[in-house]
Amino acid sequence: MTSNIVLSEVEYNVVGKRHIRPDGVDKVTGRAQYGADVQLTGLLQGRVLRSPHAHARVISIDTSAAEAHPGVFAVVTAADLPFASLTRDDLGGDYQRLKFASNHVMASDKVLFKGHPVAAVAAESQHVAEEAINLIKVDYEVIPPSMTVRQAMEPDASLLHDDLFTSELGQLSDKPSNVASHMAFEAGDIDEGIKQADVVLEREFETASVHQGYIEPHNSTAFWNTDGQLNIWTSTQGPFVVRTNVADILRHPVSRVKVTPMEIGGGFGGKITAYLEPIAALLSKKSARPVKLLMSRTEVFEASGPAPGTWMKVKLGATSEGKITAADIFLAFEAGAYPGSPVMQGAACALACYDVPNARINGYDVVVNKPKTAAYRAPGSPQAAFAVESVIDEICEQLGVDPVEFRLRNASREGVRRVEGPVFRRIGLVECLEAARNHDHYKMPLNGPNQGRGIAAGFWFNRGFQSAVNISVNPDGTVNLIEGSVDIGGSRASIAQQAAETLGIAYEDVKPTVVDTDSIGYTMVTGGSRTTFATGWAAIEAAEDVKMQMVERAAKIWDTPVEDVEYADGALSHKSDPELRMTFRELARQLLGTGGGITGASNVDPTGEGNGFGVHLVDVEVDPDTGKVTILRYTAVQDAGKAIHPSYVEGQMQGGVVQGIGWALNEEYFFNDQGQMMNSSFLDYRMPTALDLPMIDTVIVEVANPGHPYGVRGVGEVPIVPPLPAIGCAISHAIGNRINRLPANPGAVLEAMG
Amino acid sequence: MATVYIPTMLLPLTGGVKQTRVEASSVRQIINGLEEQFPGIRERLMEDNQVRSNLAVSIDGEIARMGLLERVGENSEVHFVPAISGG
Repeated sequence: MTSNIVLSEVEYNVVGKRHIRPDGVDKVTGRAQYGADVQLTGLLQGRVLRSPHAHARVISIDTSAAEAHPGVFAVVTAADLPFASLTRDDLGGDYQRLKFASNHVMASDKVLFKGHPVAAVAAESQHVAEEAINLIKVDYEVIPPSMTVRQAMEPDASLLHDDLFTSELGQLSDKPSNVASHMAFEAGDIDEGIKQADVVLEREFETASVHQGYIEPHNSTAFWNTDGQLNIWTSTQGPFVVRTNVADILRHPVSRVKVTPMEIGGGFGGKITAYLEPIAALLSKKSARPVKLLMSRTEVFEASGPAPGTWMKVKLGATSEGKITAADIFLAFEAGAYPGSPVMQGAACALACYDVPNARINGYDVVVNKPKTAAYRAPGSPQAAFAVESVIDEICEQLGVDPVEFRLRNASREGVRRVEGPVFRRIGLVECLEAARNHDHYKMPLNGPNQGRGIAAGFWFNRGFQSAVNISVNPDGTVNLIEGSVDIGGSRASIAQQAAETLGIAYEDVKPTVVDTDSIGYTMVTGGSRTTFATGWAAIEAAEDVKMQMVERAAKIWDTPVEDVEYADGALSHKSDPELRMTFRELARQLLGTGGGITGASNVDPTGEGNGFGVHLVDVEVDPDTGKVTILRYTAVQDAGKAIHPSYVEGQMQGGVVQGIGWALNEEYFFNDQGQMMNSSFLDYRMPTALDLPMIDTVIVEVANPGHPYGVRGVGEVPIVPPLPAIGCAISHAIGNRINRLPANPGAVLEAMG
Repeated sequence: MATVYIPTMLLPLTGGVKQTRVEASSVRQIINGLEEQFPGIRERLMEDNQVRSNLAVSIDGEIARMGLLERVGENSEVHFVPAISGG
């Protein structure tokens, strides 16, 4: 028995309904245009030569044979990037940032992970390009790699960067280090909190590097025209971010870079970084032809950002009544080859679900010889939740307290101060816990041996940031809505619904279109659980702008002051003359003859994003002979504020759960002693398929976010947070021993069983 | 006056003082006020004449969008927190 439940309190005409997605027909009929579909006159095919070593000095690169190869139009190396001809004097304090950004795109003096680009070729075909990169001779001096945070933090560790010093909010260490930064939060008195506890547990955890696993590999096509105009077609969550990164790395004016986002086959945070775009652009500039680059699946695994592997320690104290008194947390996250792991996000999320009076969290960002990590849904939060929620589960076991009841006694709610300082506004964790407790799943007992149930809570901030929307009114009363947010999970529909609701017109009368960076104002990435919130805000404001202009036009037609006209439910009327009334459609028909068309526009950077919480329940069964874990039942509860399109919220919840199940049970970058990934295909990198999973039950809780007109909270990231601890705890209960390392694959489970 | 919470990493600069009051109407004035009270703290909070890229300023629970220009209320609560984006 499966179900999708929406606990709704406020009803609207268009918002909250399950409308047909505008891009659905093209996607199910194969007509939607993805990056690999781009075809241009004179298009060349590119290939990237990548390092076979995880850590090595580049002594020399000889491209002469490749350049002479028939059918080759261009060869580029790091020497072709602008950074190669810039000095510290040129860049000042920006030197290291640009060096890292440029070297990440293409290595110069050192390669820092297997798969690091060292050269690229543009040729008349893929086959010729492949032949040509094999003709490039690279002389390496191999260096021992540092592959884990534990290795990299050792005093005698092999250093990735000679000029990287540990930063503690700007104060640098005396010696170079693989620890890029350290940050700490502290609240209350940790020693006093531990003293107050009746039970104190201290545990250590590890999680492996995992990939976002989007089905569509990275791709980019670039054409650098001889007039300096650079056009890029790519698969990205953030065309404006790609534009900024390309302009920055190539030192090219932003106005001369146009990025057209193609349809996207998944991103999950992994399609924000510009990996291929600067290389394709350089190859195009050199060949004076458009150039397309496509990553293979192996390249995606080896050279695009995974989520970081981690090493974590949690010490937690609680009273016998089940109140948390203290928490002391250590987090060390792999950054990959360059600084920038989400350890600070993990630190800020670690205790967000609870009111903890005494807490200390230390976080370390550590470079290792792996691909630079990239964002992955709620970056940092799933790993931190695995550690904290697992210890809470063990404390509940020791105290004999119901795990939902324990969480309710300690739950964050409005007015609770977070460890890093700010106070929560209206949030819905308590409502989620209550919905979980009331769910049929929680009331139903397990019904067999080797089974276990896990429960866990999860948090993500949700974000706002900049978005832009234009709405133009057509003579037939329909409108065209132009936006810059790439549609990954149904946002065309959710943005159109908010515009339609605000205008008081039918959803079908709004035609949303995602456009290139020349055609709309700056819009941040589709990510951070921000799109329905922030681009929705932009759509509402653009619609309000349309309404204001429609009122002015009606006043003009009726020859009456604007103050006498009101707009409600998609119609305009005179406040004191009932004879004067026009529907939106009737006025739209008159626009061209009364002053011209109307376009509403908005650029927003809204505050008021509501924090998101979820609570998950999972039942598992462990095969005692093989250690294989079967998911028997899974229920995800989440506060969506207001589900603009419930089906897409449920889709986000179910998708997050599935990715979390993979992270918990099977997914793992597996490296050999030389730091080379040994499972860089979907055959060997085990992601869950439909055959591995039950239907995921969902419960949408709606605790309206007061910071949004329709109460929206972002929903895309929270659902990947609880699965790791929920599944780890369920297995622990099934086998009678704790799971403190992920993935809990069959071998690991057998080991834990002893 | 606004109440400003000192980031844990900077407590050595304030002699352990965890929060202080600053007369200010903008984030820039907050940081200047902190510098007057705790010399050296400005360069730990700022780089290239901006708030450090890995920091965000929370004013009464909202993340400041305008950086140093963001307005601060008379009784506002100000925190320096990690800059968070997402995936």
